[in-house]
Amino acid sequence: MTLRSLFIPITLLLVIAFLIGPFLIIVAASFSAGETLAFPPQGFSLRWIAKVFTVESFRASFGMSLFLAIGGTAAALVLGIPASYALSRYKLPGAEIVRTVVSAPIIVPGIIVGLALLRYIVVPFQVGITLALFLAHTALVLPYAVRVVSASLDNLRSDIEEAAVLLGSSRLGAFFRVVMPNIRGGIMSAFILGFVTSFNQVPVSLFLSGPGVRTLPVDMIAYMEIVFDPSVAALSSLLAFLSIGIVFIAERFLGFSRYV
Amino acid sequence: MSDASYLSLEKLTLAYGDSVAVANLDLDIRKGELIALLGPSGCGKTTTMRAIAGLLAVKSGHVRLDGADITRVPANKRAVGLMFQSYALFPHLSVYENVAFGLKLKGMRGTELDTKVQSGLKSVGLSAFANRKPAELSGGQQQRVALARSMVMEPKVLLLDEPLSNLDARLRLEMRTELQRVQKETGVTMIFVTHDQAEALALADRIVVMKSGKIEQIGSPEDIYNRPSSSFVADFVGFENIFPLENGKMKTSAGLIDLSGDVSSGAPSAAGLAWRPRMVTLGTGPFQGTVRGTSFAGDAREYLLDSSFGPIKAEVEASQPAHALGDALAFDLPVEKAAPLSRFV
Ligand SMILES: Nc1ncnc2c1ncn2[C@@H]1O[C@H](COP(=O)(O)OP(=O)(O)OP(=O)(O)O)[C@@H](O)[C@H]1O
Ligand SMILES: [Mg+2]
Repeated sequence: MTLRSLFIPITLLLVIAFLIGPFLIIVAASFSAGETLAFPPQGFSLRWIAKVFTVESFRASFGMSLFLAIGGTAAALVLGIPASYALSRYKLPGAEIVRTVVSAPIIVPGIIVGLALLRYIVVPFQVGITLALFLAHTALVLPYAVRVVSASLDNLRSDIEEAAVLLGSSRLGAFFRVVMPNIRGGIMSAFILGFVTSFNQVPVSLFLSGPGVRTLPVDMIAYMEIVFDPSVAALSSLLAFLSIGIVFIAERFLGFSRYV
Repeated sequence: MSDASYLSLEKLTLAYGDSVAVANLDLDIRKGELIALLGPSGCGKTTTMRAIAGLLAVKSGHVRLDGADITRVPANKRAVGLMFQSYALFPHLSVYENVAFGLKLKGMRGTELDTKVQSGLKSVGLSAFANRKPAELSGGQQQRVALARSMVMEPKVLLLDEPLSNLDARLRLEMRTELQRVQKETGVTMIFVTHDQAEALALADRIVVMKSGKIEQIGSPEDIYNRPSSSFVADFVGFENIFPLENGKMKTSAGLIDLSGDVSSGAPSAAGLAWRPRMVTLGTGPFQGTVRGTSFAGDAREYLLDSSFGPIKAEVEASQPAHALGDALAFDLPVEKAAPLSRFV
């Protein structure tokens, strides 16, 4: 074995260690029997996993995050599907500008988006925090929705719509009868990607929290500032497995990776 | 409406933005006629079809069908069928559902629908494939589904845009017969686009030759094949020796050439003459050429000759003695065999 031939396997191991390592540590820590968040864990118990479900604020913020992830993603798709359709089917004069504007939330750091929303929308217009969070999450998910839906639209021949029209369908009818069914996989994938993105979103949500209104990740940060027990690790593990489960099922049934 | 104009295009002008693709096109088609639209790439065949179907807005002029002006009627209300080159089957629906699609939109349900779909599938020999998805069919089978899907709608006109160009040679011949049979059985008026003159000659009642957005000639297959009206059509249907006339003489790069026959008696007003390679006499005649190329085509042999007034293509039966490259040969362009052209373009 020369040094050269070892170089690639070692690099690979290091990359995996850095990617998966922290995750494994958190999972191990969540089964600790000790009182504080520590690694290696002291003993084994499920008490912190159980405790997660008893923390009142986690339940409320989980509900908020779930609402934002589902509602925000759904709203982003309602806006994003027609936008993608127009971008991919018509040679619109400002198409490139629209594409750029729509992608802005990916490029602009979340902190800035959050601050801008707070300073220029929430404060001057007295918008409620929940509504502001909803709008913010919709805007954040929109780029992913447009990208994924556009990808599946580009793979779909446009002449089937004309075929449907010549068989008696209206233009709109053709969209629902032959376009939507054929981009269903892309829409579902966009939904899952948007859901996970929204659910894990921190920087924007950090700016947009008020009395009793917080998303789960922000609530977890707040919790850790006061209590330093392993329940946050336990919650993180639960969320991680939830995400993995969703993506696994999506890959299994939709071929998720084709779209992202 | 007279019988001769079941479908008529009147001074039809079609454009993409400011660029005109079809200009002032006039065409009258009889009910039940099978028309071939023939012409080089980009001459406006697809554009014309899309305008008849209502997929492309008409810039000026009119489209009339069965006595009604349908120029402004939306595509889904025209009763015009279009078969796309790509077939455009709905990938998420089974063969059965593809064929049923338009009928369901008409409000047809239950046994009436089922009977109609089944007979549509049967007529193209695909009853056994009803439950397959389009992706699980061969190209020829997909084509049949597309044909059945259009035909069950009983369109007044069926348009076919290069229906056979995606198929291999054998399947092409098979589908050609199939199209002809369906057309004869149902009596549907059909217009099909093709690049292939042999296909047009074999199938059509009349051929429309187009060039740069205009009609160059309309005629029966015999007319088009034997009596092309212009040098463009002559070239398109395989006349390879084409020359303009001036004062009864052939105008060539080497000046005016006297022909052996009497031009003024045969075709006094012709602007040009055209010969198929087979019409050229080899071995005797007033002209001299050198063999520059030969090719063997089964029952015939083709020669490319260099003459004092340019290259000449000749073809003789393969049973004749062969000539070698570099051989000097006498040849003739017999006036009585030539097709007279009324326009030289
Ligand atoms: N969508 C379009 N936008 C702009 N110009 C177009 C469009 N489609 C066709 N054209 C132009 O219109 C002219 C006619 O095109 P058309 O597609 O009708 O030709 P065609 O005879 O069907 O050719 P082919 O045999 O290659 O299919 C061409 O010059 C083409 O460049
Ligand atoms: Mg075309």
